[in-house]
Amino acid sequence: MININEVLETNKMIEQENLDVRTITMGISLLDCATGDLRQTCDNIYSKITSLAKHLVKTGDDISQEFGIPVVNKRISITPAAIIGSSCCKSSKDFVEIAKTLDKVACDVGVNFIGGFSAIVSKGMTPSDEFLIRSIPEAMACTGRLCSSVNVGSTKTGINMDAVRLMGDVILETAELTKEHDSLGCAKLVVLCNAPDDNPFMAGAFHGVSEADAIINVGVSGPGVVKYVMEHLPEHTDFEVLCETIKKTAFKITRVGQLVAQEASRRLNVPFGIIDLSLAPTPAIGDSVADILKCIGLEQAGAPGTTAALALLNDQVKKGGVMASSYVGGLSGAFIPVSEDQGMIDAVCAGALTIEKLEAMTCVCSVGLDMIAVPGDTKATTISGIIADESAIGMVNQKTTAVRIIPVIGKNVGDVVEFGGLLGHAPIMPVNTFDCSVFVNRKGRIPAPIHSFKN
Amino acid sequence: MNRVIVTVVGKDTVGIIAAVCTYMADKGINILDISQTIVQEYFNMMMITDIKSCTVPFDVMSSDLQKLGESIGVQVKCQREDIFDKMHRI
Repeated sequence: MININEVLETNKMIEQENLDVRTITMGISLLDCATGDLRQTCDNIYSKITSLAKHLVKTGDDISQEFGIPVVNKRISITPAAIIGSSCCKSSKDFVEIAKTLDKVACDVGVNFIGGFSAIVSKGMTPSDEFLIRSIPEAMACTGRLCSSVNVGSTKTGINMDAVRLMGDVILETAELTKEHDSLGCAKLVVLCNAPDDNPFMAGAFHGVSEADAIINVGVSGPGVVKYVMEHLPEHTDFEVLCETIKKTAFKITRVGQLVAQEASRRLNVPFGIIDLSLAPTPAIGDSVADILKCIGLEQAGAPGTTAALALLNDQVKKGGVMASSYVGGLSGAFIPVSEDQGMIDAVCAGALTIEKLEAMTCVCSVGLDMIAVPGDTKATTISGIIADESAIGMVNQKTTAVRIIPVIGKNVGDVVEFGGLLGHAPIMPVNTFDCSVFVNRKGRIPAPIHSFKN
Repeated sequence: MNRVIVTVVGKDTVGIIAAVCTYMADKGINILDISQTIVQEYFNMMMITDIKSCTVPFDVMSSDLQKLGESIGVQVKCQREDIFDKMHRI
């Protein structure tokens, strides 16, 4: 039988160390909503999402109350919209109508984000994909809860450099159209390589075509819990004990996610998909991946040793988490967003952390250059160059990588932007301004890398 | 499935257990186990209860006990047992 110390330990994690379930994300296939008529397609989308997700928020809240664990976000991911709109959208304007429908349904069912305004163009773009991508700036400007993602590369296909080049322009235009709100539109737009079909985390969530009609995916969290146990280890603890401690803690955190996922699945009568094992920080003090790195023994995130410490952390979280859940998927790794993690913000302000170091860190963890604010006058080709670099890391290392970069119009290095809520605030980081336009402007794609002739 | 863990945390005072138990008896909640400890001068109590025959729904019981706790200066929390079982048992 459960004893009092176990009960107190769990409740301390929840009350003092920010343990929560970060998101219950319902993945919904919209393949059966596609028609040749835009109005009809939008109506189908609205009614399908409403019928499946109308109890999602209440179910999340009920579970939260009964188990005493916060379920922070309830969200929806959908089939990439470029596929759904391929018959009925004849222009980018038409895709904006789909975006508005998705935003409205998100408001009406009460979820805080809906992801999947997406195109998968890792090898090439259909006209529909290109219409969607070109509609992103306006779609982001006229919606509040919509998240967009574009997958520009994969290990199997290489990198679609035409899409990479286009995304540089699209990100800048999105920044321009949302400049009244510190270019907030770019915080909901991510460019991916090797995007998973079952990621519950925004902004990169979409419901891949390999998935069932509807599914429940859950993202757990808990950097604060890991940090707390690290802090209470004796000084000079060796790597064996350090790793074992992280692993055991990750196990406990993930078990809560597994419980919540199974409960949500049962109550909503929607199959359980996966648990995403990511350590996802929030701007709350102490709920920080950077703080864990400091506990491991670094003065600041970004100091020499950061990549190794992060690799260790990421691996132990997976080892503990995999045992705790029946199905693991999504991104599953430590997140290192800058604006959403107070420890990362501090490291940038202290001059310890640069974009180049962050890029190195993304080689060993999920997911990429995340929530990085850069000067508003950054060139589109420079942004494309950054995307190409990050995609190359993902392509060669057979992992997901991503770029969520925010060129904040009207701001420069030394300024700070405030996005609010979970998106946090960020100092503007300097970007390497040497030119890469000749490279980026080459047409075509980077071929897929060789991996020892596996097939 | 019917087991609920009730935790009471607060400054030690006379009558905490009595107040909580009286409510439980009144609503048909069976107490299976009680343990308590003092951590840094704070009273910590845990009750394992069975709500199979409870006459009110879980959310009512939870908010009633929370209010009862507030009236005597302690924090009362009700959680289904599964969360602790999952976390601490393989």
